[in-house]
Amino acid sequence: MQIKPILAAMRHHRAGTVLIALQIALTLAIVCNALFIIQQRMAHLSEPTGIDEANLFVIRNQWAAQSSTPQIDAQIQADLAAMRQLPAVRDASPSNSYPLRGGGWDNFITLMPEQVQPTTDGSVYLGDEHMIDTLGVKLVAGRNFRADEVGRIGLREDVFPPAVIVTKALAERLYPDGSALGKPLYAMSPAPSTIIGIVDLLQRQGVSTWDTTYAYQSLLWPMRLADPHGLYYIVRAKPGQLAAAMREVPTALYAQNRMRIIDPKDGELSFAQVRERAYDSDRGMAILMGIISIVLLAITAAGIVGLTSFWVGQRRKQIGIRRALGATRRDILSYFLTENLLIGCIGVVIGTVLAIGINLWMVTQFEMARLSLGYVVIGVIVLLLLGQASVLTPAMRASRVSPVEATRSV
Amino acid sequence: MFGYYMDLALRSLRRNKVLTALMVLAIAVGIGASMTTLTVMHLLSGDPLPGKSGTLFYPQVDADPTNDYSHTDPLDVMDYRSAVDLWSAHRADRQALIVDSKLKVQAPEVNLPSLMEMMLSTTSDFFPMFDVPFQYGSGWSADDDEKHARVAVISADLNNKLFGGTNSVGRALRLRDTDVRIVGVLKPWRPSPQFYMVAGGRFANGQTDDFYTKPEDVFTPFTSGLEINDGNFWQFTCWHMPDTPGHLQNAPCVWIRLWVELGSAAKVADYRSFLAGYAAQQKALGRITHADNTRLRSLMQWLDLNHVVPSDVHLQTWLAFAFLAICLFNTVGLLLAKFLRRSGEIGVRRALGASRRAVFAQCLVEAGLIGLLGGIGGWLLTLIGLWLVRRQPTVYADMAYLDASMFFTTFVLAIMVSLLAGALPALRASRIAPALQLKTL
Repeated sequence: MQIKPILAAMRHHRAGTVLIALQIALTLAIVCNALFIIQQRMAHLSEPTGIDEANLFVIRNQWAAQSSTPQIDAQIQADLAAMRQLPAVRDASPSNSYPLRGGGWDNFITLMPEQVQPTTDGSVYLGDEHMIDTLGVKLVAGRNFRADEVGRIGLREDVFPPAVIVTKALAERLYPDGSALGKPLYAMSPAPSTIIGIVDLLQRQGVSTWDTTYAYQSLLWPMRLADPHGLYYIVRAKPGQLAAAMREVPTALYAQNRMRIIDPKDGELSFAQVRERAYDSDRGMAILMGIISIVLLAITAAGIVGLTSFWVGQRRKQIGIRRALGATRRDILSYFLTENLLIGCIGVVIGTVLAIGINLWMVTQFEMARLSLGYVVIGVIVLLLLGQASVLTPAMRASRVSPVEATRSV
Repeated sequence: MFGYYMDLALRSLRRNKVLTALMVLAIAVGIGASMTTLTVMHLLSGDPLPGKSGTLFYPQVDADPTNDYSHTDPLDVMDYRSAVDLWSAHRADRQALIVDSKLKVQAPEVNLPSLMEMMLSTTSDFFPMFDVPFQYGSGWSADDDEKHARVAVISADLNNKLFGGTNSVGRALRLRDTDVRIVGVLKPWRPSPQFYMVAGGRFANGQTDDFYTKPEDVFTPFTSGLEINDGNFWQFTCWHMPDTPGHLQNAPCVWIRLWVELGSAAKVADYRSFLAGYAAQQKALGRITHADNTRLRSLMQWLDLNHVVPSDVHLQTWLAFAFLAICLFNTVGLLLAKFLRRSGEIGVRRALGASRRAVFAQCLVEAGLIGLLGGIGGWLLTLIGLWLVRRQPTVYADMAYLDASMFFTTFVLAIMVSLLAGALPALRASRIAPALQLKTL
């Protein structure tokens, strides 16, 4: 295939060439970045929580009657006993929160009592000796809480537990040599808490940008939250009995004591719903980027079809002459394909520069990560193939131009 | 001539329906995408109190005596002592203390389960200062503030929920364990953003959706609110652990916002020196150490500083305009193809005496007509886009409607874009040499 005549012809319709090249460049730049954003958000929203999500649900239980801390604590224990007896329930635990709730209680953690700059930050979960089994997290070192270690914390009380369980991520952050078990930590507390157990994986309550620095750094405190506002009950159903358990538990709780508020709309959430809510905006953004990419590619393809069709129409006579002089249909077809490939190459070169430029700008504006070159390569291949595919129909039409055209109206 | 060009344009558009549809669609999609994001942007970045925002100011003093950080800016909200001192001085035209808290709400005469609602505790100036509209009754008086009166103003939403939208002034409301009398019911009120609560945006990493939540449902006098819901007030931040969490009157914490209204530039200057004087006096008393660190920002400056528009919205707007740019390139290419294809026809017109200007005008009319059609399509797509935004679970979703100004912007933008797209192809078409074209006819 001879490139030279193609270049000569391109010089004659410079405006069209530049337009298609620019359109390809811009599309490449945006699609690369959109794909990258999609991948980032998808990676973020498929991060595991480490808990038995399939069988878990949470109940937001608010107290409707005013009572003292010991009364509330007694009611919580009665509630738990009632829930644990239900046939569909495997286990239940009281808590102040649950993973992916979207933020909540977290404490700075230090290794010395007088330390000013915190070592790191940990998400605080309260729970009793059933908490680990309820969540379905794996204890990798040490032991679980004993029933006699579980205390209670009322409203406006500064109680700190002498024993805590931490996640592996937090243990490694605090004691990188792997010796965390049995060591102390200070979670904004005057007295040390000893690490008695380490669990494998337990996501934080929040998954915002701020939290990503401290991802999976959580700690469990052996306490029941006897706060007059209420608390969360985390319930683990027996495998496959989630729906039944979600029906039984509120009924059992109301039968235990009517003086409580469980919001009919979002007082009871299965973990699938919790996950969906936590990552709403990420999923929305990924879908939006996907739609935008597809529409952009479609528009670019339509533009290429339109302009190439025009060129074919304009050059019918030249095509006829070439055919009459011995060019085969294949020659004509490959002429248009090569022409498009050349324009496409110019486009993707500009587009690559643009894509990286846009990404660098977004890094400064939106705290985004650097674009990996893989996305640019995928984008380049997609756009070149798209260009070839959209030029195919007009090029086929061109190849069918009969040599007789050359003889008309000379 | 315009009528004739219009006729020519219509004929030309009808001749190649596929190409026309492609161009109209490209413009419609570009306009639809950019107008959807622009409307959301317009909604979120607008002035919450047009005409009034210039007179509202947010004073700040730095009461944190520690030296753990650089103190380049005072903390975003105030401690109890500073806020109440500044408020009691009454040195502005109007001033309002603000703090919010969550509590249980019930109407004793109505048989409905208790609700957990946000309560805003503020002072009487709040309502006239922020032009809050009333449906029934009115706000409370300065006297009520002083007497810790057990009164409340409720939102239209809560009034609908509890009293079915009837005039509930004079009826009782149980806030936690205290009965209060309703003195006013608001009209639906939805400032965007919820400007009086904005703080801490600099530390939010662009995740500022919460600034657009609905206003609180219950409003009580500041002094009464602190008593009714004592123990349930949460700090913005503290420099030491508070002794009694939830009760922060003497705690080393910041948790109260103060807004002032200052009618003239002279008053602003006066207030600024008053603020500096207060800080200096407190330093002399040994309560604060960073006395020179005071600020008096206007409402809009304060919103800017807090980057209220979420960064996802910025990102989407940029993206939509890049999208529009691609649609523009696409249309330029197609128009170029279209006009040059008619070189013969244009050659004849030129030979018969039409000037270059006339050919240029004719082509622009055609481009403008495409823009108008694209604008209609874009408007429909914008409506669909906004409907999709409203179905999103974001807090500002309920506000995403197209107002009159954005409606006109849609068409202006569409026609501008298509004229811009038409300019280069029209120029090329008007330069067609008639002789060359006539020869090939």
